Amino acid sequence: MIEFFKLYYEHLPAWWPQIVPAIGNTIGLTAGAYMLAVVLGLILAVGKTSKIGPFRWFCTGYIEVVRGIPSLAILFLLYFGLVPLGIVLDAFTAGFIGLGLSGSAYIAEVFRAGLEAVHKGQREAALAVGMTPFASFRYITLPQAIRVVLPPLLNMLIMLLKDSSICSLISTPELMLRAKDLASEYFLPMHVYLLIGVLYFALAFPLSLLAKMVQKRMSSSRRVTE
Amino acid sequence: MSDILLRIEDVIKSFDELEVLKGISLELKRGEKIAIIGPSGSGKSTLLRTINYLEIPTSGHIYLDGELVGEKQVEEKFVRTSEKMLARFRAQIGMVFQGFYLWPHLNAIENVAIGPQKVRGISKEKAFALAEEMLAKVHLDHKIKEYPERLSGGQQQRVAIARALAQEPKLMLFDEPTSALDPELVGEVLKVIHELADEGRSMVLVTHEIGFAREVADVVYFMDEGVIVEYGPPEQVFEKPRQTRTKAFLSQLFSH
Repeated sequence: MIEFFKLYYEHLPAWWPQIVPAIGNTIGLTAGAYMLAVVLGLILAVGKTSKIGPFRWFCTGYIEVVRGIPSLAILFLLYFGLVPLGIVLDAFTAGFIGLGLSGSAYIAEVFRAGLEAVHKGQREAALAVGMTPFASFRYITLPQAIRVVLPPLLNMLIMLLKDSSICSLISTPELMLRAKDLASEYFLPMHVYLLIGVLYFALAFPLSLLAKMVQKRMSSSRRVTE
Repeated sequence: MSDILLRIEDVIKSFDELEVLKGISLELKRGEKIAIIGPSGSGKSTLLRTINYLEIPTSGHIYLDGELVGEKQVEEKFVRTSEKMLARFRAQIGMVFQGFYLWPHLNAIENVAIGPQKVRGISKEKAFALAEEMLAKVHLDHKIKEYPERLSGGQQQRVAIARALAQEPKLMLFDEPTSALDPELVGEVLKVIHELADEGRSMVLVTHEIGFAREVADVVYFMDEGVIVEYGPPEQVFEKPRQTRTKAFLSQLFSH
């Protein structure tokens, strides 16, 4: 058992300087992809419930299609598949766009459920005081929907953080890729992957605690829906 | 300026196959109070909602202060106006709903102030001062910071009335404002509406409170199955109804 930890003691000083920037990249990749996914997801959710036919069809189609495709296929398509068209994305860009695109389809469904949870009387009351449909969405419907979707939205962030590891397969310089390199370089796969697992957990667990806290606050408050 | 504030002209409203309003016309003079009574499903709430175009009439027209609501006339044809124009009309009409529909993420004063702020673009300070004044009018000046969830039904409905008043509307619409309330809370809301009526405000009130309608209204309309069966001063409609359907409705109401 002591032998096991001794190896960490020996190698960690060499590994650590390589791992730290990779953690930074994983965080950057996740944050970028998440922002893209949230913005796109909100637009798609609005589109799916829109009265404008073509917009609704496009958004509904996008959500269904993207949810049916593995994220990895989207990443390969962006990274390798666009090259013949003369579009060459670097691994980081392809990674964050790919994760963002696939995440947006799931986040769209989260937002849609949140928007539908707001009673239609809420919107009517906003229209009745003279707000435009956009203002009633912006000031009345959306703030209430966000309270509903905050916990699942945080869960999506955790999913995305873990899924960012598949970007190692298109050589995005993130944590998992670094782990793969270190594992083969030092012939210590168990040590390296255990360490990496702990690091992912250390990133995800606070988010998961936060999600639980938010969920508790939301459910103890009837302010959410009416 | 004409004496007529609101004119409803031959309004028909259908939901798919079902015709809910079968050609309704009525006029309301400035300062007049109209009560609409009738059995549930008679179309009275739908009629009220067509006035500010929350329901779009299948045919017929609404005029507020002589201007077409939700439509404009291009040569001989009527066409829908933009949502922006429509919002401008709705801002002139205050509406109070059966279900209150206060915005739960805003406290009482914010519920009242957000309309003036976002619709008329007045400053936050002015909007809050106005909101405070309106909440005082509905006797809730001590509850301005409370969130809707912490208010009773009667208090919520009074905030909703203050919210409508803050629009400084030409016309107030009340859609069964006390039907969702516990009996002991009905009085406080009716009292506020009564005070507004006494100020000479123009209003259309859909209600089941016959006694109140009788006290407040200048004209009572009785609706059944999407038509106006009869109308007139309250004494006449309640005491000497001319139509058998009105008689039947009233006797059923008082037999309980």
